[in-house]
Amino acid sequence: MASEIMTLNMGPQHPSTHGVLRLVVELDGEVIQKITPHIGYLHRGIEKLSEHRTYHQALPLTDRMDYLAPMHNNLGYVLAVEKLLGIEVPERAETIRVIMAELTRLKSHLVWIACHALDIGAMTVFIYAFREREKIMELYEMVSGARMTSNYFRVGGLSRDLPAGFESAVQEIVDTFPGHFDTYEGLLTKNTIWLQRTIGNGVISAEDAIDFGISGPALRGSGVDFDLRRDLPYSGYEKYDFKVPVGENCDTFDRYKVRLVEMREAVKIIDQAMKRLKPGPVLADAPQVCYPPKESVYNSIEGLIHHFKIASEGFPVPEGEVYQGVENPKGELGYYMVSDGGSKPYRMRVRPPSFVNLGAIEKMAKGSMIADLVAVIGTLDIVLGEIDR
Amino acid sequence: MGVDQPLGENIITTSLDSLVNWARKSSIWPMTFGLACCAIEMMATGAAKHDLDRFGIIFRASPRQADCIIIAGTVTKKMLPVIKTVYEQMPEPKWVVAMGACACSGGVFDTYSVVQGIDEALPVDVYIPGCPPRPEALLYGLMKLQEKIANERNSFGSSIGLGERLEPAA
Repeated sequence: MASEIMTLNMGPQHPSTHGVLRLVVELDGEVIQKITPHIGYLHRGIEKLSEHRTYHQALPLTDRMDYLAPMHNNLGYVLAVEKLLGIEVPERAETIRVIMAELTRLKSHLVWIACHALDIGAMTVFIYAFREREKIMELYEMVSGARMTSNYFRVGGLSRDLPAGFESAVQEIVDTFPGHFDTYEGLLTKNTIWLQRTIGNGVISAEDAIDFGISGPALRGSGVDFDLRRDLPYSGYEKYDFKVPVGENCDTFDRYKVRLVEMREAVKIIDQAMKRLKPGPVLADAPQVCYPPKESVYNSIEGLIHHFKIASEGFPVPEGEVYQGVENPKGELGYYMVSDGGSKPYRMRVRPPSFVNLGAIEKMAKGSMIADLVAVIGTLDIVLGEIDR
Repeated sequence: MGVDQPLGENIITTSLDSLVNWARKSSIWPMTFGLACCAIEMMATGAAKHDLDRFGIIFRASPRQADCIIIAGTVTKKMLPVIKTVYEQMPEPKWVVAMGACACSGGVFDTYSVVQGIDEALPVDVYIPGCPPRPEALLYGLMKLQEKIANERNSFGSSIGLGERLEPAA
């Protein structure tokens, strides 16, 4: 019997495309022959907008790219600008950045496990993971006042020091989260349905993964031992002791295991960082860049003018270009900044990990059943805000 | 509520409009339709801590089964036709909630690609400000929508083909 290729449109309104991704799938029966992703349904022009903002004003826009991991977006951006300026960040600010970055990793991975499990049919994990995520949201709110779009980091340090009660709240997370991870593993790791849906699904070899430029847990799930936090450390990550988990079978199940170990390691990093935390300033001693302390703004004319100058004009950044990559929960998030010497970025180019990882979707899903495509989308852990920007 | 019990304890009398409004406001079924950051807060509202099911609000994946669409995130010019199609696929009666600054007014994204508020295309019933709004804000917005539905007039008549459903007097 002659077979006919059927074209199926999936999205942009589809509950498991994780946003507004549209896939045009060509099917032979139920077997996937070709996938064409259509993106741009969330293109907001963030890169272009940032060219019309001062360096401080462009920072909140980065929150809204990968909205599951806002602090990592902030981190990459401030590190890139600091590199251009050549300023050093105080140790306390660096340590707090690491704590917040790792909490963000937990937060992002919790959404990943919640949605991934929900897509494959395990509802309970979603409810549990979002319950835990609320704890991290509360910490976000404590430090920055916002639950999601935090805008907590500043060029040169942080917007403010940690509030009272933060340490005990983090301690609670460090104490209780490994138990929660055990719960997820108990629900999934030996669950027959989960195993049948994930083992052998979305296989991509290490060579192919490297060729496609995949990064993050998707790369490590294919057995490539590469993590920017260890291999190109930033923000003092070289001082922490953590394992980089690596998979063997290059499939969805291995990427699941890699992310779970990453969550456990993130808790360990948070614990180490909390122990390293010493009193000190949280903003660099760079008056041309950093806002003056509030006492000085309220009580002296010099402080007021200083604050006004930075708020209204921004600060000049020396001419040059720089690339800074950070290990986002999804992969290598890179900022390529060009400065023409003015107070606004001449160009801000973002290397979004989700975009690059999405490129491999056809390689990973070709030849498998249409139902497995949902698992592949889940395991790639894409965020459309970051893909389209 | 306009509920009297003149016929004894086990019999209540009310208008058909109140009954229909009560049923509609107690079972708002929104679309599972996330656009951007706000969608994550919408998920958080539906999940363990805030629990939308308490209000009879249950997300449905198909527009055919939904009577409310929460525009949760930035609407781009590329996405607008899709949203319109999805809205048209929903059966009457239907309500629109604009969640977040982007859906209300375009938010911080005053650019070439972003629609400056979903009310350019759809009739919005409730606007919820915030970037993104907290789950409490979304809950409050949905309760305001319930209030609005409870006060609608001719809900029964319009559903059997007699006249139009009337919005509550302002």
